[in-house]
Amino acid sequence: MSSETRTREFGFWIYLMTDLILFTSLFATYAVMAREGSISAIVDLRQVFLETMLLLSSSATCAVAMVFMERRKKETMLFWLAATFLLGSGFVFIEIGEFARMIREGYGPQRNGLFSAFFTLVGTHGLHVSMGLLWMLVTMMQTWMTGLSSSLQSRMSRLAMFWHFLDIVWICVFTEVYLLGSLS
Amino acid sequence: MGKLTFSAIPIDNPIIMSAVVCAILIAIWIGHEITKRKRWSWLWNEWLTSLDHKKIGIMYVVLAIVMLVRGFFDAILMRLQQAMAEGSSHGFLPPGHFDQIFSAHGTIMILFAAMPFLVGLMNIAIPLQIGARDVAFPFLNSVSLWLTASAAMLVMVSLGVGDFSKAGWSGYAPLSELGFSPDVGVDYWTWALQIAGIGSLLSGINFLVTILRMRAPGMTLMRMPIFVWATFFTNMLMLAAFPVLTAALAMLSLDRYLGMHFFTADHGGNPMLYVNLFWIWGHPEVYIVILPAFGIFSEVVATFSSKRIFGYESLVYATGAITVLSFAVWLHHFFTMGAGADVNAAFGIATMLIAIPTGVKIFNWLFTMYRGRVRFASPMYWTLGFLTTFAIGGMTGVLLSLPPADFVLHNSLFLVAHFHNMLIPGALFGYFAGFSYWFPKATGFMLDEKWGKRAFWCWICGFYLAFMPLYVLGFLGMPRRMEHYANPAWQPWLILAAFGTLLIFFGILFQGIQIATSLGPKRRAADPDPWDGRTLEWATSSPPPSYNFAVLPEVKDRDAFLEMKRAGIHSPTRYEDIEIPKGSAKGAFIGASSFACGFGLVWHIWWLAAMAALLILLIVISRSMEEETMTILPSGEVKRIEEAGHVL
Ligand code: HEM
Ligand SMILES: [Cu+2]
Repeated sequence: MSSETRTREFGFWIYLMTDLILFTSLFATYAVMAREGSISAIVDLRQVFLETMLLLSSSATCAVAMVFMERRKKETMLFWLAATFLLGSGFVFIEIGEFARMIREGYGPQRNGLFSAFFTLVGTHGLHVSMGLLWMLVTMMQTWMTGLSSSLQSRMSRLAMFWHFLDIVWICVFTEVYLLGSLS
Repeated sequence: MGKLTFSAIPIDNPIIMSAVVCAILIAIWIGHEITKRKRWSWLWNEWLTSLDHKKIGIMYVVLAIVMLVRGFFDAILMRLQQAMAEGSSHGFLPPGHFDQIFSAHGTIMILFAAMPFLVGLMNIAIPLQIGARDVAFPFLNSVSLWLTASAAMLVMVSLGVGDFSKAGWSGYAPLSELGFSPDVGVDYWTWALQIAGIGSLLSGINFLVTILRMRAPGMTLMRMPIFVWATFFTNMLMLAAFPVLTAALAMLSLDRYLGMHFFTADHGGNPMLYVNLFWIWGHPEVYIVILPAFGIFSEVVATFSSKRIFGYESLVYATGAITVLSFAVWLHHFFTMGAGADVNAAFGIATMLIAIPTGVKIFNWLFTMYRGRVRFASPMYWTLGFLTTFAIGGMTGVLLSLPPADFVLHNSLFLVAHFHNMLIPGALFGYFAGFSYWFPKATGFMLDEKWGKRAFWCWICGFYLAFMPLYVLGFLGMPRRMEHYANPAWQPWLILAAFGTLLIFFGILFQGIQIATSLGPKRRAADPDPWDGRTLEWATSSPPPSYNFAVLPEVKDRDAFLEMKRAGIHSPTRYEDIEIPKGSAKGAFIGASSFACGFGLVWHIWWLAAMAALLILLIVISRSMEEETMTILPSGEVKRIEEAGHVL
C-alpha cells in the first residue's frame, strides 16, 4: 500500500471515530428518553430480524468484493458489489416501510420524546446506509468506466470500512433499541 | 420564497440599517479597489482557489480579524446600552435587539473570531514546524476554510435579512424551541454553527493526520515543538467534542422543523438534555480555543528568552491532562440543575483539578524566562500580559468551581468577568502573540513594533478597566444579559466598563494602523529568521516557497533549527522534482453552496436548499473523478527559486 493510501485510510478511520461519537450522542439521548416509556408494543421483531440479516450478509458480500479487488478481478468484484448494493437497498426499503407503518398507526416522531429519539437514531443510521449506497453506486460506475485504478482501489477500501462500521453501529441499535426495547 | 418577504429587512431600525449600509459600502469600496487595480483574477487564482496551507492560513486569519471587529462592535453597543439604561432611562436598544446582540457577540467571538484565528495560525505554522511540504489533505483544508467563511457569512446576513437568535450564544432549550422563538433567529444560529462545526471537524482530522504522518525524518513525538503538541491535543478535543454539538443542534432543528420533542417542555421532551449535550461540547470548546494559545506562548517564551523551554515533558503531559479532564467537568456550567450534592461535588473537584496542570504550565513559562536573556519584542508583551492577567481569571474560576459559591454567582456578571478574563488574555492575547511572531514568516514583512506596543497597552489597560468592574457588579448582584436595570449603585461601574471598552477600541484601531504601516509603502522586508528562532519554520525563506522545504530537513534535536544553525547550514548540492497540489475552485463552490443551503433552510425555501445540497454532492463526486490533482515543480525551477530568494 502506498504511503498516500495509508494516510487517507488513517484520516478516514479518524472520521469514523467522530461519527461514532455522533451516534453515541444519539444512543445516550435514546437511553434518556427510554426511561419514560417503551416501544415494545409497536415494534415488529420479524421485520427487524430480516433487516439485520440483510445488512450482515451485505457486509459479507462486501468483504468478498474486496478479496476480488485485491486479485484485480474487476468483473467479479463488480458482481459482488452489486450484490452488496441490492442487500443494502433491501435493508433501506424495509426500514422505510416500517417507519411508514409506525407513522400510519400514530406512532410518528412527533408523538413524544421517545419516538423522536427512536426515529432519529434509527433514521440517522439509515441515512448513513443510504449515503453508503450512493457512494457504492458512484464507485461502481467509475470502476466500470475507467477500470481499477489505484485511487479507485483506495476509495473502495475506505467504502468497505464505512460499510462494516455501519454494521457494527446497527448491532448496537439492534441491541439497545429493539432487544432491550421489546424486553421492557 | 418560503417565509422570506421584504418585511424581513428591518428598514425601520436605524441602528441596523446604518450597520448594513456601512457593510455594503465597505464591500463596494473593496470591490472597486480590486477592479481598479485589475486584481480579480489574481485574487481568484492566487488566493481564493489556492490549496497552499500558508495562504489558506492567512485567509483564515483575515476572516477572524473581520469577525473580531464585528463582534467588538456588538460589545460596544452592549456596553453603551448598559452604561445608560438605568431607572427611567431606557438607552437606545429595545430588549429584542439587545438579546440578539449578546447572542451574536458570543457566537461570533467564539466560533468566527477565535476558531478561524487559531485554525489559521495552525495552517501557517504546523506544516513548517514539523518540516513537511504540506498538510495531509490540501483540498479538504480549502473546504474547511470555505465552510467556515460561509457560516460566518450566514451570521452577517442575519443582520440585514430577518433576525438573529435571541436565545444567547448557548441557545438553551426550551427558549430556543419554536414555541418561544418562532422567528428565524435560532435557525440562523443553528445552521451557522452546524456548517462551521463541520468545517472545524474536517480541520481537526486534517491536522491530526498531518502531525501523526507527515513529520520530517528524525522528528520523534518528543522532539515536536510545543505548539505542535498543543495543536495535536486541540485536534483531539475538536474530534471528540464537535460531533456532540452536531447531534445536539440536529435534534434542536428536528424539534423546530419537524415538530419532534427532544427538548420541548412538553410531550416527554427533556430541556436539560440539551444543556448537558451543549456543554459536553462547550467546555472542551473553551480548551480548543485556549490550548493553541498556550502552545504559542511556549514558543514565544523560549525564543525570546533565548533558552530551551523549561520542563518540556511536563508541558506535554500537562496539556494531555487538560485534554482528558476537560471532558469531565461540563456540569459546572449548571450546578443549579439540581443533580444532587454528590454529582456537584464530583464535577466541582474535577474542575479544581484542572487548575493543577494549568498551574504547571505557568511555572514552565516563568522558569523559562528565569535567567534567560529576555528580549521584549511585542510577542513577548502579549505573553507577559497574559501571564499576569490569566492568573486572576484562573483564581476566580477555582472560586466558581465550588458549587455553593457558584449558586450565588451563577448567571451574574461575575461569571461574565471570569470567562472574559480567561478568553481575552488566554485566547486572544495568545493569537496576537502568534500573529506578531509569525507575521514576518507568513507575509515576508516585519510587523511594526511601535504601534504593536501601543496597541498592547491599550488592550491590557482597557481589559482591566472593562472587566474588573464586572467582578464587583457580580458581587453587587447584577445578573448577566440585562438590557435595563433599576439599581443606581450599578451604574458607575458600568460607565467605568464602557470607558475600558473605549480603550480596547483604541487597541484595535492601533492594530489596524500597525498592519497598514507594516504592509504599506514603508514596509520592511523580513529576514528568514528575524527572531533568532529555534524551530523549523525559521529555516525557510520569508514567505516560504509553495513547497516549504526544497530538501526535507533532518531533525536531530528538539530545537531542530537551532541545532542546524550550530552545526552550520549548507545549501543543498542537488534538487529534486517536487509534487505540489494544483489550485481548485471546488472548495469555494462547496462553501458557496453550503451558504445557499443554509439560507434556504433558514427561510424554508426548500427548492433552494435541495438544489444547493444536490450541488454539493455533485461537486464532491466531480472532485472524486479528477485524475490530475497534483502538478510537478521541476528541479530546475526549485533551484531557481531557492537561489533567488533564499539564504539557505
Ligand atoms: C474585546 C472586548 C470584549 C468586550 C468589551 C466584551 C463584552 C461583552 C459583554 C458586554 C457581554 C454581555 C454581558 C452580559 O451578559 O451582560 C459579553 C458576553 C459574551 N462575550 Fe464578550 N466581550 C469582549 C470579547 C469577547 C471575546 C474575545 C470572547 C470570546 C472569545 C467573548 C465571548 C463572550 C460570550 C461567550 C458572551 C456571552 C454571550 C451570551 O450571554 O450569550 N467576548 N461580552
Ligand atoms: Cu466549563
